[in-house]
Amino acid sequence: MSSTRLRKLKEWWIEKAILLSGIFSVVFVALIFIFLLREGLSLFRGESVFDFLLGKSWYPISDPPRFGILPLILGSLLVTLGAAAIAVPIGLAAALFIAEIAPGRLKEGLKAGIELLAAIPSVVIGFIGMITLGPWIKNLFNIPTGLTALTGSVTLAFMAMPTIVSIAEDAITAVPRQYREAAIAMGATKWQTTWRIVARAARPGMVAAVMLGIGRVIGETMAVMMVTGNAAIIPHSILQPVRTLTATIAAEMGESVQGGAHYAALFAIGIVLFIITFLINGVADLYLHRSRR
Amino acid sequence: MSQRLSQWIAFSLLFLATLVVVLPVVVILAIIVAKGASAISWDFLFSMPRDGMSAGGILPAILGTLYLVLGAVLFAVPLGVAAAVYLVEYSGSNRFSRLVKLAIVNLAGVPSVVYGLFGLGIFVIFFRFGASILSGALTLGIMILPVIITSAREALESVPRHFRTVSLSLGASRWQTIRHSVLPHALPGIMTGMILGLGRAAGETAPILFTVAAFYLPRLPQSIFDQTMALPYHLYVISTQVPGVPENVRYGTALVLLALVLLLNLAAIILRSRFRARKKW
Amino acid sequence: MVTRAAKFSIQGLHVHYGSLCALRDLNLEIAAHEIFTVIGPANSGKSTFLNSLNRLIDLEARSRVRGEIRLDGVDIRAGLEVETLRRKVGIVFALPLPLPVSIYENVVYGLRMQGVRDAKTLDAAVERSLRESYLWEEVKDRLRTPAMNLSGGQQQRLCMARILAGQPDVLLFDEPTSGLDPISTARIEETMLILKEKYTIVLVTNNVAQAARVGDRTAFFLMGEMIEVSATSTMFTTPADSRTSDYITGKFG
Repeated sequence: MSSTRLRKLKEWWIEKAILLSGIFSVVFVALIFIFLLREGLSLFRGESVFDFLLGKSWYPISDPPRFGILPLILGSLLVTLGAAAIAVPIGLAAALFIAEIAPGRLKEGLKAGIELLAAIPSVVIGFIGMITLGPWIKNLFNIPTGLTALTGSVTLAFMAMPTIVSIAEDAITAVPRQYREAAIAMGATKWQTTWRIVARAARPGMVAAVMLGIGRVIGETMAVMMVTGNAAIIPHSILQPVRTLTATIAAEMGESVQGGAHYAALFAIGIVLFIITFLINGVADLYLHRSRR
Repeated sequence: MSQRLSQWIAFSLLFLATLVVVLPVVVILAIIVAKGASAISWDFLFSMPRDGMSAGGILPAILGTLYLVLGAVLFAVPLGVAAAVYLVEYSGSNRFSRLVKLAIVNLAGVPSVVYGLFGLGIFVIFFRFGASILSGALTLGIMILPVIITSAREALESVPRHFRTVSLSLGASRWQTIRHSVLPHALPGIMTGMILGLGRAAGETAPILFTVAAFYLPRLPQSIFDQTMALPYHLYVISTQVPGVPENVRYGTALVLLALVLLLNLAAIILRSRFRARKKW
Repeated sequence: MVTRAAKFSIQGLHVHYGSLCALRDLNLEIAAHEIFTVIGPANSGKSTFLNSLNRLIDLEARSRVRGEIRLDGVDIRAGLEVETLRRKVGIVFALPLPLPVSIYENVVYGLRMQGVRDAKTLDAAVERSLRESYLWEEVKDRLRTPAMNLSGGQQQRLCMARILAGQPDVLLFDEPTSGLDPISTARIEETMLILKEKYTIVLVTNNVAQAARVGDRTAFFLMGEMIEVSATSTMFTTPADSRTSDYITGKFG
């Protein structure tokens, strides 16, 4: 009997530990935010939020330093929009092909390929982009450096595509078969069915896929740092070097003094990134739930 | 007739788009293998870097990455699997479980460099672990937590309900049921998630930038409080920060990193598809 | 009317799923060593009744149970650990549901969960319970092979052995032969008739003839209410309620 009681006690502890582990993931999200605030908020003792977000110059080590991140925001925006312009149509088209048209074997192969693309470390993609794409773009447009916003957009497009394809593909596959059968029965061709019926029914999931792809691009750091040239100036053309929010943190944290204003400013950029991705993921999640219903 | 033509054109375009997505994998692989294979040698894999990283091997970076990845998995797998067990077996669909699910979605979306900031703030500074393997592994561990939880959840949910009913009906307690009739059958799926997590942790650079990675440290780490070199950061360093590193050393390093990550992912894909094929229930 | 000691006594049992009432004000005694069969159309509350006896009903997220069930005079909610109750009151489900492990491991599952480790005890339990369910001769040479490889009827007898290994008091059968061929069905029924010497059996069946063949007493359930309970021979010759006679003569259900 006492062995039963011992077992019960053990199980009570195990179940508490399991509950605790569930709580942990919530705690981690909170902790991330708290620690970003803890290190970053001190910037705003000497700086207004307005000047930080909309200031046009980022000169963190000049005297006096200037912590305006508008050039960085615009850099991120430009690279992201460029990447989305490439990745969204191609990614959604590929998702339609894989979900609706590719036959069994090919489908599995393509899905595995996309998973592998998603797995390639961003530093490797950055390395390849820097060494092959950069010189190519430099020669093509006859510009002084190949490390530009465009280079970043193309590189990042390839990093967004796996996300877009796999989530959109799930959404398309989840469209009930009756929709397709009804359309075919009414004399629609396979293509008409795919385009007018299936793609439309899967739209919420496709929106979510696009948003998550964009989220991945905004948060991407290493590749973008290696291929965009890293000039913290307000960009006027896609063929100029730019500096993104993420690359700024990665490139400058090593030089900043812990506890100093520059250090705090980099954490403040982290807060901005956290909020942006939090919003994007939250909205994408809403769309995903809608598509599942 | 024109309908057929437009269908043919549409399908061709979609196929082309798919090629654009998938071909880079092949191209990247081909370039890196072609230019990096010549660098791979016993000496390259198993000796220290020399002459400011332009010669010698990458052993400390390889080992550093292995330590970090193992540490991350050691931390994230028990925690992640337990969280998945909570979500699937205990919580039902109450409010709190929705909060947990939302938290996981957001953890998955936090940019890797923000994980780096977080790791710097909490482990390096607040807990005073310094820039160390411990700080880096914990940071990577939290980063791969969503991967682990999501695949463990899928694996647990794929175990038929009646296994649980049968086990409970035979007088097993709730935990015994999970331990003996659910977890063993979810194990391949959990393993898949673990391997995916390994691959992800092995390839990430931004989270280790400020928490552990050493620029140039030609010796092996002595304890978990040591800094270490790591493969992805090393690749970044020799391709952007140090001039004069021979091209084949760069490509060779990229090849080692890519091989490590892709092999892990391939293993996960194979394991998963065999698991799905073998399932009889 | 109940001559032997009551195994189960049930008083004022109500079961709700959310706002739906699945079982209404059930009062009943089940005697030791009888085969008590329950018949009735789909959604009459038969399975709900059965699952209340070993509290598997608790697994339904929205279920609420009122009333009292006593096993040998002990309240099954207040007086017994749920694990102990389920060990004493085993259940065989409609479909054969072996766990995806070996025959041997299926049989000893309950014992292992109780903490029995001794190999000899386990071996003995396997042989005893497989003999009791008349499966021993067919499987004794392949105890370590997957249970999934057995035929449907064999799997169902394995599920019986799995319960018997834990030395229960009561066996619940939830339409145990609904997925089986007539020969396998006959073997299960024969086994039940022998097992009732040692155990109390509650059999829910949608097969009226099966109730007539094996039941000592039979209850007729309709829409969550027990319409009638009597000796099986009485029920099938002179049912008291017209709805009972309509059902057993096949006018509905």
